[in-house]
Amino acid sequence: MNWQKLKRRLPRLAVNIVVIAAILIWFVPTLGLLVTSFRPASDVAYSGWWTSLSSPLKFTQYTVENYKNVLSSGGMLIAFRNSFIVSIGGTVIPVFLAALAAFGLSKLNFKGRGFFYALIVMMLVVPTQMTFVPVLRLYNKLSLSGTFGGLWLVHTGYGLPFSIFMLHTFFQSLPEELFEAAHIDGASIWTTFIRLAIPLSVPALASLVIFQFLAVWNDLLVALIYLGGHQSVAPLTMRLSSLVGSHGQDWHLLTAAAFISMIVPLIVFLSLQKYFVRGLMGGAVKG
Amino acid sequence: MARPNLGRAFFRERGMVMRRKTGGLTPLLYVGPAVFFLTIFQVYPALQTIYLSFLDRRSEAFVGLANYKFVFTSAPMLTAFKNNLIWLIFFTAGTVGLGLLFAILVDKVRYESFAKSIIFMPMAISFVGAGVVWKFMYTYKPPGSEQIGLLNQILVIFGFEPKGWLLESPLNNFALIVVGLWIWTGYCMVILSAAYKGIPKELTEAAQVDGANSLQVFRHITIPELKPALTMVITTMLVNVLKIFDIIYVMTNGNYGTEVIANRMFKEMFQFSNTGRASAIAVILFLMIVPIMYANIRQKLREG
Repeated sequence: MNWQKLKRRLPRLAVNIVVIAAILIWFVPTLGLLVTSFRPASDVAYSGWWTSLSSPLKFTQYTVENYKNVLSSGGMLIAFRNSFIVSIGGTVIPVFLAALAAFGLSKLNFKGRGFFYALIVMMLVVPTQMTFVPVLRLYNKLSLSGTFGGLWLVHTGYGLPFSIFMLHTFFQSLPEELFEAAHIDGASIWTTFIRLAIPLSVPALASLVIFQFLAVWNDLLVALIYLGGHQSVAPLTMRLSSLVGSHGQDWHLLTAAAFISMIVPLIVFLSLQKYFVRGLMGGAVKG
Repeated sequence: MARPNLGRAFFRERGMVMRRKTGGLTPLLYVGPAVFFLTIFQVYPALQTIYLSFLDRRSEAFVGLANYKFVFTSAPMLTAFKNNLIWLIFFTAGTVGLGLLFAILVDKVRYESFAKSIIFMPMAISFVGAGVVWKFMYTYKPPGSEQIGLLNQILVIFGFEPKGWLLESPLNNFALIVVGLWIWTGYCMVILSAAYKGIPKELTEAAQVDGANSLQVFRHITIPELKPALTMVITTMLVNVLKIFDIIYVMTNGNYGTEVIANRMFKEMFQFSNTGRASAIAVILFLMIVPIMYANIRQKLREG
């Protein structure tokens, strides 16, 4: 290769080096976690996980013992179930209520509409920290702390402003003529909502559902605040963080537990990446 | 700067099918449930928190500004403010800077979508999970014994002493910020990449024909064209930083000089059972977030 050719190719080579370095930095830490979670406790404590990569096909060096351990005595199995219960309720309720409200605000003309919308947008500004003390007191009075129902309601309250905002933007972009036509054909408002608005917004709803589901699944702070010390209802994030406290150096257990908490988000992400990205981009979903 | 007209965006009549007023209770059936939840979980508690911030630890007696005095003068809170400031500068510059760099670079390689997926992946997993991933990366064993944390192993290979990444201040703050970067850079990259691809090719080509070099194109075309997206990611990162909690809670719990505002509030609430101070911290957090969120929402409404 002559010098001129090399000079022309150099920028492309540099770009590739930077991007590949980035891929490695973003991938290797997770790989280390995954490999460690399958190594026996004695290996994990005394040798780096990368040493097992020198003979990656020697399957006898791997074990599922760590997973058995954290699922049963570590309480991760119950936490896994809890995460599902919390996340499903914490997704279905707010998304449904947000769809109702966003439809009302964008397609019905009534007094106070502007005020309600302004209220919702204003609530986007309020950090959840502003609500912890009073809501927790209310929960203690109503015996809602430490319950799944309590978490569903509070995730609904916290998730609604963003959800309404996002769906409102989407409903605004739907062609008006369709709703006009439905109205002239004598469709009731409810029929228009269920038969027209909802089916037309499946992509937006899918993005929102995935976004809210992962937000609740990955939440730690809200669970810590409202579940108190009730480990029987603790989701994966809470269980994992208390394992970090009690088993700080037992990396064979912590890595297995961490991977269990990551498996559902990773599957959702890898299979529905497009919708997830759209959800994260917020109101930017266009019809 | 033009006064943003939020009002016009709210009351836009476009998309109003039922132009006739929908009277009676019907609208309430749609909007009512959401308004009920917002009142119970946002409006009322926010106002109540402001009130509680002027009361003592058990909300029994009025203490004036004593809680705010604690927030602005006590040693742990000053550490927290200092650390949040460090986070604010390095986390925001890091996520947005790297996000922009990757957005532009991945556009030039053939495995673009693969690279983006890998860099974006940490966004899907919990911050607790990411915290464990990195706590393991930072694991420290005394010199001489076999290292099991990758970073210390790398140090040892190059002949350095292993470091207590999460124990030595101020190093530990930067070690924690790296975890934040690892999680959030993908988000910035994806948003900026979408905007970058939206820049009309004619624009950059015309500039190049006129003799602009790539740095000039970047400064005078790319950056101005990306301004809306940059506003979005910068404001989002700033709010993230002010509320940062999970990473610190899991990795150091604010020990060894790594305390942050949100973690201190959690401690005031549960460890010290001082609702007055916890509320005052929340109010200050709120006041810091308002102007940033205002800019963020204004940008969203412009796009919407």
